[in-house]
Amino acid sequence: MSVKVEIVTQFEEVAKQQEKTLAPLSEELVLLDSGLDSLCLAIVVARLEDKLGIDPFTADDAEFPVTLGDFIRVYEDATR
Amino acid sequence: MPPADEGALWTRLSAAGRLPDRALWGAGASVTLGDLVHGSSLAGRLDELRGRSVLVATTDQLTAALALIELDGVARRLVLCPPDLPPHDVPFVIATAEIDALVSDRATPAALPGVPLTVPCHASLAPATCERTGRHPTEWILLTSGTSGRPKMVVHQLASLAGAIRSAGPLSRAGVWSTFYDIRRYGGLQIFLRALLGGGSMVLSSARESTSDFLTRAGAHGVTHVSGTPSHWRRALMSPAAHRIAPQYVRLSGEIADQAILDHLRACYPAAGIAHAFASTEAGVAFDVGDGLAGFPASLIDRRGGDVEMKIEDGSLRIRSTRTAAGYLGDHAPALVDGDGFVDTGDVVERRGDRYHFVGRRGGIINVGGLKVHPEEVEAVINAHPHVRMSRVRTRKNPITGALVVADVVLNGGGEPADGRVAEIQREILRRCREALPRHKVPTVLNVVSVLPLADSGKLVRRDA
Repeated sequence: MSVKVEIVTQFEEVAKQQEKTLAPLSEELVLLDSGLDSLCLAIVVARLEDKLGIDPFTADDAEFPVTLGDFIRVYEDATR
Repeated sequence: MPPADEGALWTRLSAAGRLPDRALWGAGASVTLGDLVHGSSLAGRLDELRGRSVLVATTDQLTAALALIELDGVARRLVLCPPDLPPHDVPFVIATAEIDALVSDRATPAALPGVPLTVPCHASLAPATCERTGRHPTEWILLTSGTSGRPKMVVHQLASLAGAIRSAGPLSRAGVWSTFYDIRRYGGLQIFLRALLGGGSMVLSSARESTSDFLTRAGAHGVTHVSGTPSHWRRALMSPAAHRIAPQYVRLSGEIADQAILDHLRACYPAAGIAHAFASTEAGVAFDVGDGLAGFPASLIDRRGGDVEMKIEDGSLRIRSTRTAAGYLGDHAPALVDGDGFVDTGDVVERRGDRYHFVGRRGGIINVGGLKVHPEEVEAVINAHPHVRMSRVRTRKNPITGALVVADVVLNGGGEPADGRVAEIQREILRRCREALPRHKVPTVLNVVSVLPLADSGKLVRRDA
C-alpha cells in the first residue's frame, strides 16, 4: 500500500472511530479544516507510526504541515 | 484607595485606569470595562449573591469573565466550572463547595437540586450601580483532574492567583492579551488576570470557533501577548492563519516545551519574546524562562527567600511560594503541601549540564495536550468490564498532543479467548470508556496482553517518566 493510500485510510478510520465528519480529502485541504481535531490528528500520527514504522514529526527540523498535501509529503520524504 | 496590589478584582482592574478603552472580546459579543461602571452582567442582582458560595457555570467564556469581575470580593466563594465538567460530578461539586447559588448564561437555566438561588448572567449588561468593594476575601475554586475520577477542588484567592503578576515587570504594560486556554483553567485564568490587572484588554477564545477563525479574530484586535500549551501552539502553526497574529510576546505553559516547538515559534514570530512558564493549579506560577532554550537554569533551584523557592527531592520539582493554593476543598482531601510548605509537583526533572529538563510525570500521570489523565481513573473503567482481569494505562509520546493514552489489558483466562471474541471485547471496553470518560482520557490503542509485569511489592510496574 502506498504511503498516500495508508494516510487516507487512517484519516477515514480515525474520523469514523472518533465520530467526526471528514471533509472531502484533497491535497489542498487544510488539515485543521478536515473535520479532525488535534486529538484525532495525534491518533493518525500514532497509527501511521505503527503501520509505517516512522514518525517524521519528532525530528527537530520537522515542518508543521498545513495541508493534507504537506502532510503526505512529510511522510513520503521520510520513507524515501 | 487601596494600593494596586490589594482589594477586590474590580478595584484593582479599575486602578489600572482607561476603562472605556479596554475591552473583553468574546467570539459573539464584547464588553468594555467602562460599560461595567454603570452596568451589570448579573441583571443588577449582585446583592443577592453577597456572601454566597457561587457556582459559575456558563457556556461562554465572556459571561464567566464578567461574573468573576463582578463577584470577587462580593461572593464568599467562586467555583469556576470548567467547560468539560461531567454532569455526574456536579452534585459532588455542589456538596463539597457548599454551593448556595448558581450563575448561568443559559436562556432558561435549569435549577440545580439543593441550590436555592439561580442568577442569570449575560453579556448584554443591565443598568445598575453596584457596590463591588471587597468585603469578603473571596475563595476562588479551580477544578483539576483527580486520581479517583472525582475532580480535585483547589482553593485560591485573588492574592495567590495574581502573585506572579505584580512582579511581572515590563510584561504588565497595557497590551491586548489572548490565550488558547479556557479562562476557567489555571493557565487561562493567569492571562485573564494579567490583562485586567496590567491595564490591558483581552480576546477570549471559544470552543465553538476554529483555530483559524480564532487567530484571525485575535489578529484583527491587534493581539500583543498570546499564551497556550505547546499543543495549542503546534495546532496554531498548522493553521494557514498562523501569520494573522504578530504578537510581541508568546508564552507556553502546561506541558513540556521542547526545543522543537520553541524553535518553530521563533521562526514564525521572529519579533516576539518567547517564554515558557512553569505553573500548576496547586503550586501556582513558579518561573518563566525567556532564553529560548528548553528546560530551565539550574541556578533557579535551592535559592532562598523571594516569592518562590524550589528544590528537587526524589527526582521531582518541589515548590514553596506565596502563589501556592491554600489547599483542597473537602473533608477528606489530601494535604496539598508537605510539612515544610512545599508542593510536590510530580514533575520529574533531570540535570543536563547547567540546566534542568522536564522528563515526565511521577505516578504515570499522562498529559494530553495540557489535560491531565490519571491512569487509575481509566483503569477503573476498563477493569469494570466482566471479561477484564487487570489493566495498565500508560503514556505514548506524540508530536501533536505531547502524549496519548494507551491501555494494556489482561482478559480473564489469561491469553486470548479461543472463541475469537477478542475484537468484540476490545470494542465493548472502548465503548464503555467513551461513555464514562472525556475524549482525551479514552485509550487510543487497547492492546490485549497475556500478562502485566508486577513489582515485588505486588503493584503494577509503571514506567515512570
